[in-house]
Amino acid sequence: MKSENNFDNSVIMRNITKTFPGVVALSNVNFSIKKGEVRGLVGENGAGKSTLIKILTGAYTPDEGEIQIFGERFEALNPIISERMGIAVVYQDLMLASHLTVYENIFLGSEFAKFGLINKKAMIKKTEELLRSLQYDKIINPIDKVSNLSSAHKGMVAIAKALTKNAKVLILDEPTAVLAEKEINELFRVIKQLKNEGISIIYISHRLEEVFEICDTVTVLKDGKVVGHKKVEETTEDELITMMVGRDLKKEMFREREIGEEILRVENIKSGKVKNCSFSLRAGEIVGLYGLVGSGRTELARALFGAEPIEEGKIYLKGQEIKKLSPSRAIKKKMGFVPEERREHGLALKLTVKENINLPIYSRISKLGLVKTKEELKNTHNFIKSLSIKTPSIYQKVENLSGGNQQKVVLAKWLASESEVFILDEPTNGIDVGAKEEIYELINELASRKNAILFISSYIPELMSICDRILVMREGTIVGEVKRKDFSEERILSLAIKNKNNKVGVHQNESK
Amino acid sequence: MSQNNESLSLAETSKKLKFTWNTQRVILLVVIAMWVFLSIATENFLTLSNIQNVLRQVTIQGINAVGVTLVIITAGIDLSIGSVVALINILFALFLVKGLPIWLGILIVLAIATGLGFVNGFFIHQFRVPPFIATLAMMSIARGAALLISGGRNIFGLPRSIANFSSGTFLGIPNLFWFLVVVIIFMEFLLRKTTFGRYVYAVGSNPEAARLSGINIGLVIIGVYMIAGFLWGLSGILETSRIWMGVPSTGTGYELDAIAAAVLGGASLMGAQGSAIGAFLGALVMATIYNGSVLLNINPFWQRIIVGIILIITVSIDQMRTRKK
Repeated sequence: MKSENNFDNSVIMRNITKTFPGVVALSNVNFSIKKGEVRGLVGENGAGKSTLIKILTGAYTPDEGEIQIFGERFEALNPIISERMGIAVVYQDLMLASHLTVYENIFLGSEFAKFGLINKKAMIKKTEELLRSLQYDKIINPIDKVSNLSSAHKGMVAIAKALTKNAKVLILDEPTAVLAEKEINELFRVIKQLKNEGISIIYISHRLEEVFEICDTVTVLKDGKVVGHKKVEETTEDELITMMVGRDLKKEMFREREIGEEILRVENIKSGKVKNCSFSLRAGEIVGLYGLVGSGRTELARALFGAEPIEEGKIYLKGQEIKKLSPSRAIKKKMGFVPEERREHGLALKLTVKENINLPIYSRISKLGLVKTKEELKNTHNFIKSLSIKTPSIYQKVENLSGGNQQKVVLAKWLASESEVFILDEPTNGIDVGAKEEIYELINELASRKNAILFISSYIPELMSICDRILVMREGTIVGEVKRKDFSEERILSLAIKNKNNKVGVHQNESK
Repeated sequence: MSQNNESLSLAETSKKLKFTWNTQRVILLVVIAMWVFLSIATENFLTLSNIQNVLRQVTIQGINAVGVTLVIITAGIDLSIGSVVALINILFALFLVKGLPIWLGILIVLAIATGLGFVNGFFIHQFRVPPFIATLAMMSIARGAALLISGGRNIFGLPRSIANFSSGTFLGIPNLFWFLVVVIIFMEFLLRKTTFGRYVYAVGSNPEAARLSGINIGLVIIGVYMIAGFLWGLSGILETSRIWMGVPSTGTGYELDAIAAAVLGGASLMGAQGSAIGAFLGALVMATIYNGSVLLNINPFWQRIIVGIILIITVSIDQMRTRKK
């Protein structure tokens, strides 16, 4: 506390380098923030934002560099020191215990208590004071259950919780992803108030217009390096986007293919937050689908496969409308779906490779309910060979395979069921580089065999390297399409980031 | 290349045998050790009549253990076993006393038991009631119904042939035990050879992945609880034959014995693990303990304590082994 007054900066990070096996996550990063400053931190997925934050909160130890917090030097932090030094994060998924009340959450782990007996009254009173200071005392009741609060109010509780720990540096990680317009304005009011109290705020968001509205300065990360640091008055959205993109393209994976007839057509689909989505896939085509977190890309994928109910709109397969879509019907109509959460939705982890591969086709390889074991084994061996799945045995439990091999098992399921339309949601997520290339090759091969592929990814270079065209989603709807000859990371990203009314020189779909 | 594949698959097959063998090996060793010990330590254990006795004792518990294993593989549980056995016992006894033909009585009570299983499965699937709660409710309802129908009194006056059946043997093996043999073979077949069996394991491992693979989960869940209900009905009929009357308080605690036997036999309450043979071995361990402690003149109250200790040790060993992997 003594040294605090002598320094303008609350946090200085110098020459921070952090490597993970095979990846340099941060290289020589310098980052500092002043008291009462609101700093935007932007960059594409994988640019190093979360690594930087994790170093500041003590979750990761940097390989090199030093950190100064209010003048005190550290080579590395740990979560306890970081919290004691006044650094607090409010994550997108909030990390609140939803069954507990507001005040219980705020004082979780630091309850007012004597001899193990909790002083409920004092905590409720203190919570009321806190909420009053945020002007939320009439709106949030300390004894409400957190599960009954709206996302915006949960966010406020998380901020209040950070304030009880005497936070001096507050990190907000995509705080507006789940908020409505009005709630965002409320949040900004609170941010401004905290700023006036001298609290430094690091504001991470993909929504650049918000950065311009609330931040004083903005830092752009790309490939683990700081590529720009600007006052918001001195820059534009376009300039920031230019700084963010332009990463080295991975190996070109695109292959010329003959593109055939339309297989899948989707008209004005509505399902949950997905609305008004229309597009089509043709035989032999690889179509990318890009969108930021929360843009509805996964929801769209699940709706296409019948995993979520479709409220409005039509789906045609080979010109024939499919009504009452469900996963089993989708499979019968030769669709295959690789879900984003491979372990939660894609695989029966405790079962063997053999059983997982054959899961969608047991009704086909059986007679009177009896499994034809010979075909089951033949199938399994075929796909283990053709996808070169590395497993010690076909009886290996899938949970013991590596991520890449697990993903191949999921793909094998849909090859076994002879799918013609493949919906791949982040198929290369969490698998190593070598396995990624194998998956790309596989996707190319599928396309060259006249299948239609929808390739969903949050990583633009990946889509650019393999797709014929890329659809871009924002706020639950498809806002644009970019053809291969027009591919540029900048165009795609600006479609995904910018407001509908901002023109970016890319032809946009007619918006409603 | 294909030759290569074949030799590969051969190696894998032997590996698989070894693996499943492993889960049940411990419990098989326990059975063998206990039988060897009792053969030496007591004069009467290794006699035809005593072995027949053990097989009679293991039958009902064995059927229940096999049935509840099927449920446990789906990551479910069934607490209604004992109560449904009692209800079926009362109904069957009542039908026989009222002069209904035996075959008709059997058909009716089996249908009722299967229907109760359907109710369990329906609420579990349709309304997402946790299996523990749904079957706890059924446990209460079925027991209440048994008491209500019988007026809380035992029902006497069943045909002599009913009692004779349970004491009779076929090929030197008690009639009752043959039912267990059939149930085990049926269940092993169902789990290993049929699509339904594959789906049962898949639903137990990951219902969402199963659904996204086109499996009708409702059919699997409801089917499983119906099969289980049917087996509780069979147990109820055999119980009637064994005690030769209707006793509304019979079957108390059967569900816990069955779950213990299933777990001893390698079923995991987390789902996707378990086998009919394993459940049988688990039940055999427990029946042997009961039989052995009588022969050894151990205070019968010790039996439950011993079962509890064996249960906790077996599962601990199993957990340690899987953790190590």
